[in-house]
Amino acid sequence: MALTIASREVDGVTVLDLSGRITLGEGSVQLRDAIRGLIGKGTKNILLNLGKVDYIDSSGLGELVSAYTTAKNQQAEVKLLNLTKRVHDLLQLTKLYTVFDVKDDEASSIASFK
Amino acid sequence: MTGGLTLTLNSTMESVSQVEAAAGRLAAEAGLDEDERFHVTMAAREAAVNAVLHGNEYDPAKRVTAKFENNGAALVITIADQGKGLDPETLPDPLAPENLLRGTGRGLFLIRSFMDEVNFRQLHPGTELTLIKHLKPPGKGSIQRLTRGLGGV
Repeated sequence: MALTIASREVDGVTVLDLSGRITLGEGSVQLRDAIRGLIGKGTKNILLNLGKVDYIDSSGLGELVSAYTTAKNQQAEVKLLNLTKRVHDLLQLTKLYTVFDVKDDEASSIASFK
Repeated sequence: MTGGLTLTLNSTMESVSQVEAAAGRLAAEAGLDEDERFHVTMAAREAAVNAVLHGNEYDPAKRVTAKFENNGAALVITIADQGKGLDPETLPDPLAPENLLRGTGRGLFLIRSFMDEVNFRQLHPGTELTLIKHLKPPGKGSIQRLTRGLGGV
């Protein structure tokens, strides 16, 4: 299933609800465009809800990292919410779990943006 | 043992999907559980991406050859490209702190993490990756447990 992205605002945080696969040729470009669009508009707080993302390949992992670094370079933040077990395991395996701020609860994740 | 499948593919993302699907069928027919099927299909996908993107660089004149075999003891997936060749020893470690924030370079690491053996062969030109997932002998584990149990009576 290709990636779909829905955007909503919660207390000054832009939440992107992602659903599908983040892979080379399927979801990576959509995610990149969405992040760059938000950063370009001056958005500072971005929460990626990955609760319905069941598959990420190495390209998708790279895209998450790029989102993180692109945001950081513009004094913005990208955090992750609701990892599926598979995505959680991939982030652990690649040590990216140590890079990202990851939470399972949306309210506390929203509150963690300052 | 089941017969093998060989696909000769164009250097496109469509071919990557074909490799992923064929690997998924091979793993399912071998009776692997869901996690192992995921590992095999993802490793095959990453190898196919390497062949199409980094090996053949989407060159329409170059082909990717993918072979899928269950030899009874293992699943063996071989992916070959016609590119410039890849020396795996020259690739940076994606887990090194200085490389964690790189956007690329995790594909081969994932392949090695998910398969039991990964072998490289230089084809001059091109690279061949052989991915191997060992199969557990059917029922062997339960027989051993039963034997141990009886011995304790």
